Amino acid sequence: MANVAPTSEAPVGAMSVSNETAIQIVGMNKWYGEFHVLKNVDLTVKKGERIVVCGPSGSGKSTLIRCINALEKHQSGKIIVDGIELTSDLKKIDEIRKDVGMVFQHFNLFPHLTILENCTLAPIWVKKMPKKKANEIAMEYLSRVKIPEQANKYPGQLSGGQQQRVAIARSLCMNPSVMLFDEPTSALDPEMIKEVLDTMVDLAQTGMTMICVTHEMGFARQVANRVVFMDQGQIVESNAPEPFFLNPQHERTKLFLSQILAH
Amino acid sequence: MSDTHAETVAYVAKTQYDPQPPPVASSGVLGWLTQNLFSSISNTIVTVLAIALIIYMLPGMIEWAVLHSVWNAESIRECREIITNAFGEGATGACWAVIHERFGQFMYGYYPPSLRWRPDLAAVLLIVAMVPVLFRTMRPLAVAMGVLLAAKALFAVYAELTGGNAELVGPTTIAAVIFGVLALVFGSEKTRPYWLWLTFAYPVAAYFLLWGGLGLETVESSRFGGFLLTAVIGVTGIAGSLPLGILLALGRRSNLPILKAICTIFIEFIRGVPLITLLFVASTLLNYFLPPGTNFNIVLRVLIMVTLFASAYMAEVIRGGLAALPKGQYEAADALGLDYWQSMRLIILPQALKISIPGIVNTFIGLFKDTTLVSIIALQDPLGLMKPILSNSTWNGIVWELYIFIAFMFFICCFAMSRYSMFLETRLRAADRR
Ligand SMILES: Nc1ncnc2c1ncn2[C@@H]1O[C@H](COP(=O)(O)OP(=O)(O)OP(=O)(O)O)[C@@H](O)[C@H]1O
Ligand SMILES: [Mg+2]
Repeated sequence: MANVAPTSEAPVGAMSVSNETAIQIVGMNKWYGEFHVLKNVDLTVKKGERIVVCGPSGSGKSTLIRCINALEKHQSGKIIVDGIELTSDLKKIDEIRKDVGMVFQHFNLFPHLTILENCTLAPIWVKKMPKKKANEIAMEYLSRVKIPEQANKYPGQLSGGQQQRVAIARSLCMNPSVMLFDEPTSALDPEMIKEVLDTMVDLAQTGMTMICVTHEMGFARQVANRVVFMDQGQIVESNAPEPFFLNPQHERTKLFLSQILAH
Repeated sequence: MSDTHAETVAYVAKTQYDPQPPPVASSGVLGWLTQNLFSSISNTIVTVLAIALIIYMLPGMIEWAVLHSVWNAESIRECREIITNAFGEGATGACWAVIHERFGQFMYGYYPPSLRWRPDLAAVLLIVAMVPVLFRTMRPLAVAMGVLLAAKALFAVYAELTGGNAELVGPTTIAAVIFGVLALVFGSEKTRPYWLWLTFAYPVAAYFLLWGGLGLETVESSRFGGFLLTAVIGVTGIAGSLPLGILLALGRRSNLPILKAICTIFIEFIRGVPLITLLFVASTLLNYFLPPGTNFNIVLRVLIMVTLFASAYMAEVIRGGLAALPKGQYEAADALGLDYWQSMRLIILPQALKISIPGIVNTFIGLFKDTTLVSIIALQDPLGLMKPILSNSTWNGIVWELYIFIAFMFFICCFAMSRYSMFLETRLRAADRR
């Protein structure tokens, strides 16, 4: 399960990464009540970089990427996205959310809207795009994720894999500069994982900046520039995929990899 | 199939089965009967007992209400004479003549008879205002107006035959024809936004029609009564409590502590007090607070109290719907950059309200029936109008007929609401198959 490798074997990892910073996280801490979830996290993501975050359950991976688009508030440290520092200022939060797309484990499509409406809603209301243009763009992205023919169905009528691809298209319709993925394939049946991973590989090839929480190590090897390993709210190890998998440094990384690659 | 294959695979299907109809006992009328009425011994006993009870009671009821009933009489004594003469000593029958005589009063209270076309017109316009809210196209309006015109024609024929006089062409007829035709011609789904403008304009139009002003003769609130009063209170309460309830529910779930506290206190206070108390406050206590000499319309005060009361219940029903939505819906809306009101209006409320439909309609029905409480503060709703009739020497002794009539009218309205909510649920379920 952890080793389902995407078929298109293009060496995405070799794609160019610019020197501009997309996301900068400095000394960030977060607590849930008394519980210290994220401890002094530092992470810099360059434009066009693709980062895979992995780690045991409860290590704070979701919390970390949810802080980046302010779905969770951090209590200390800095998060700077595209030059805008995240504060409690609602205007800044809205601006950052426009620029950061997010794909959830459970898709979170809007069940009362058609696939097309799901995709055009945010462009129309947030970007004030004319409906016609929003429809065109949505159809383009739905074609990119290979389900244009489902445009007028409702989410409940689609398979899990199709729904997740719609969720990806929905985010892309806002033309974000960064995409966050929180275990996008872990709620899917094995035969659907591949279609979603393929879509993500295609996306990586367009040079999108991506932060992806996943346990799909095949995907990490093929696509990531960097793999970040978290444990107990801390970034324990961060390295290029090749050395990360072949030559992990930290004890906990070794333990984690031995467990996840065992089957 | 080769032998080797047969050895390695334990079972391989060789034929494809054609679909067969289900056994008789599980479908059709017989199936329904066995499943629903005679599925077990105890079920069968209950069914038999219920049928026996119906057979025992129904003939007597029909005899009293229909066969032995009297529609035209001047007094209860005359009613009884007619029944005795026709069906012998000791026969009983319903004396509907009282309804016949007081029908106008039950409908309009003491609204001046010459001006009753105004509430009539307001009622027709109410249908026009409701259809675009309740349905997707305006076709039901055309149907409703057609039914209305047919009923009016029937009444006219009846009046003609019995020697009464009925004006066939009044403002209501004209309005019904105009809106019926408009609905037929411009009734598609696309025109709905334009019709909704009429809905928004309706409260103003209804206000002037009912109370007068703008060149129309004014009518005092004290003259309002009967089902007119019920409808005014019920419709205002329903139309006002939904938006107010939504705002209260959102306020109670808000992150702003002061707003949250205000909404919570309001809801808990209103829910903790009986409606009748609020109505007494409206009718008497407010007079002490208002500057002397102000004559703040009593019906208006009741409208405000009933709306506030219903909105507190509505808020809790809707809060339940909001809480039932998966957190992911809120997060997805946030992550796309929708602001608070956008995500509420476009994502959260459409789904939360849909979940809450049964509770919302339940509150509506409760509110509609609670309007009868205003008779306690001496407003002339149908129950209030009953009191003078009960103590009137002409009709003294009549009880059942009046209660049955009023109950029947309420039942029609409440049943219609209940059926509409079921229709709406089916329609919405068809739209999004989860
Ligand atoms: N809203 C919350 N309130 C309190 N504690 C929380 C909350 N959300 C998460 N936690 C705790 O914070 C820790 C980190 O959670 P998080 O969801 O980020 O883990 P994760 O690495 O994504 O795990 P998984 O692989 O299971 O998704 C967990 O111990 C979790 O119990
Ligand atoms: Mg997680």
